[in-house]
Amino acid sequence: MSKQKVMMGNHALSYGAVVSKVNVISAYPITPQTQVVELLSELCSNGALDSEFIKVESEHSAMAACIGASAVGARTFTATSAQGLALMHEMLHWAVGARTPVVMGNINRSMGPPWTIWSEQTDSLSQRDTGWLQIYASSNQEVYDSVPIAFKIAEHKKVQLPVMVVLDAFFLSHTSENVMMMDLDKAETYLPKYKPKHKLDVNEPYTFGALTTPEWYYELRYKIQKAHENAISVIEEAQSEFKDMFGREYGLVEEYKTADADTILVAISTAASTAKDTVDELREKGVKAGLLRLRFVRPFPFKKVREVLSSAKKILVLDRNLSPGIGGIIFQEIKSAMYNESNKAPIYGFIAGLGGRDITTETIHNIFEEAEKQDPKNIIWMEVKA
Amino acid sequence: MYNENIFDYMRTEKLPHIWCPGCGHGIITASIVRAISNLKLDKNNIAFVSGIGCSGRTPGYLDFNTLHTTHGRSLTFSTGIKMAKPKLKVINVLGDGDALAIGGNHFIHACRRNIDITAIIYNNSIYGMTGGQFSPTTPDGFIASTTPYGNCDPSFDVVKLASAAGASFVARGDAFHVLQLDKILQKAIDHKGFSVVDVLTTCPTQLGRRNKMKKPWENLDYIANQTVSIKKYETMSENEKQGKFPIGIFIEEKRDEYVETYTKRVINKAKGRK
Ligand SMILES: Cc1ncc(C[n+]2csc(CCOP(=O)(O)OP(=O)(O)O)c2C)c(N)n1
Ligand code: SF4
Repeated sequence: MSKQKVMMGNHALSYGAVVSKVNVISAYPITPQTQVVELLSELCSNGALDSEFIKVESEHSAMAACIGASAVGARTFTATSAQGLALMHEMLHWAVGARTPVVMGNINRSMGPPWTIWSEQTDSLSQRDTGWLQIYASSNQEVYDSVPIAFKIAEHKKVQLPVMVVLDAFFLSHTSENVMMMDLDKAETYLPKYKPKHKLDVNEPYTFGALTTPEWYYELRYKIQKAHENAISVIEEAQSEFKDMFGREYGLVEEYKTADADTILVAISTAASTAKDTVDELREKGVKAGLLRLRFVRPFPFKKVREVLSSAKKILVLDRNLSPGIGGIIFQEIKSAMYNESNKAPIYGFIAGLGGRDITTETIHNIFEEAEKQDPKNIIWMEVKA
Repeated sequence: MYNENIFDYMRTEKLPHIWCPGCGHGIITASIVRAISNLKLDKNNIAFVSGIGCSGRTPGYLDFNTLHTTHGRSLTFSTGIKMAKPKLKVINVLGDGDALAIGGNHFIHACRRNIDITAIIYNNSIYGMTGGQFSPTTPDGFIASTTPYGNCDPSFDVVKLASAAGASFVARGDAFHVLQLDKILQKAIDHKGFSVVDVLTTCPTQLGRRNKMKKPWENLDYIANQTVSIKKYETMSENEKQGKFPIGIFIEEKRDEYVETYTKRVINKAKGRK
């Protein structure tokens, strides 16, 4: 029987790093991430985790230290949030170009100014063009499980890319839930020691990051795109192996009552778990509602999304993020995924819950109602104060 | 010390402040306000800038032109303000993590340029706001949430750092010797050029609690015992100097100020003036 433990999402992230037997951790504190790193530094110091903890002077340095450690063949982990993630931006690109399979937890927090600490996905979604794979979790169990899964994908020779495990500030980071823990030996069978194809090694010297002319840079970019495409089947394999070993099943996306649904709501993170209740309530009233939660936003699960949405009559997208000038980011992605499809169902984009404002079942009921009245050409804002 | 005018410089409607009971940050803030009041500065002519941290809350309570900026970068915002509007008196408060870790680079370069800004460091030797992680001034062996077995990183001496980097006014004060702090801050604010005041202060909640100084006065006592006047310090043996911080003014020099130099040597030349 595996152990159970009640823990906050931040600690689920730390314990995820523990079962992944990370070798090097480097991080800089920021609310609401601090407990992740505090628990890890405690576990490193008391020997429960045999890992080096590098104290640094900023997030930029934390990611640089992780990339350096990864380049010598260490399994590396960090965690941050919002302003910290933004400060890492240069290094996020670097981790991808250098093909270092770092895994990072990001606690979704709104960007300042004005100063705020509450949840919103704009921080991580605005890093989606860096090339990091992104997993958006909706429970603490999923946070915990996603860390070893992320390493398995990141280190796979057909991928070799960093992965971000993303969770909502407070709704997950500081909320306690029951988590089934993995047996350490079993976890090691699932995720064996990292053996990099190339590393900094005096016996077999390589150079990393050297100047590349237009003659080859282009092909290196092509390979990164291919790695994203390869990642789809690598993810499916990694998650199916996970299910066989630990009994918990994860997909690229999560479908809830979508098979016969007329109206499907697309969402990510904890707002999607709230939406399940609304879907149930609507079903009781005879409305054929369904929910599609994107667990992976990068690589974008095109095939799966198209399949699930192929017979919907209306597609609603809920975004707790904003790309000013164009609207919700997931809304744009869903529209682009459906553009060449034969299903021309209207796609409605809703903005809600920015800056950590609650998204309740009522908000989601209102979204379903608004879709009856609104023009899909507009960005639809829920619950804006006059 | 009581100065009934200080409320003229405060957004009293924002009080009570959110600092923990017994936090030293309030002592420094009041001292800054008294210094400004004693100098009879026009409050509309002051730009008061902070980074983020508990120290960063300060401008929220003060009735100046205030700017609450990002972690570590406040001096660069201040540099922009001073260059664009040299008439403004720019006062910038920073946390020790803010000034010396994430913002360390900006700090030394502001010193080097000798730009007319007053930088006041609320040095509580810990990251207060984010929950007690070690900072670049956490003493050796101290417990922080990221150093559960005691800090082994060497720390910065702000006075030495600022002096070596080129600041033309460098002083250290503390939250216990308040009368002296008032005077130091008054001189620092009045000084033309980059002035740095390292103010040793307390954080009973995050530093004290973990290091047997849970009661605010115990943390303040620790500061009081740590500090000696520069004069006395000079007479002490190397052994006696261990763990002690001299307080007073270390550097107060007239040197070319950056905005003036830049105007003279770049702007005027570019415009064809002599
Ligand atoms: C880029 C970035 N990284 C991290 C943070 C989180 N953060 C806010 S305040 C702070 C440190 C506060 O410590 P200090 O500067 O010493 O000030 P104090 O709170 O002790 O006054 C940190 C790490 C942030 N806001 N931005
Ligand atoms: S945490 Fe420390 S620095 Fe922040 S308000 Fe409380 S006592 Fe002051």
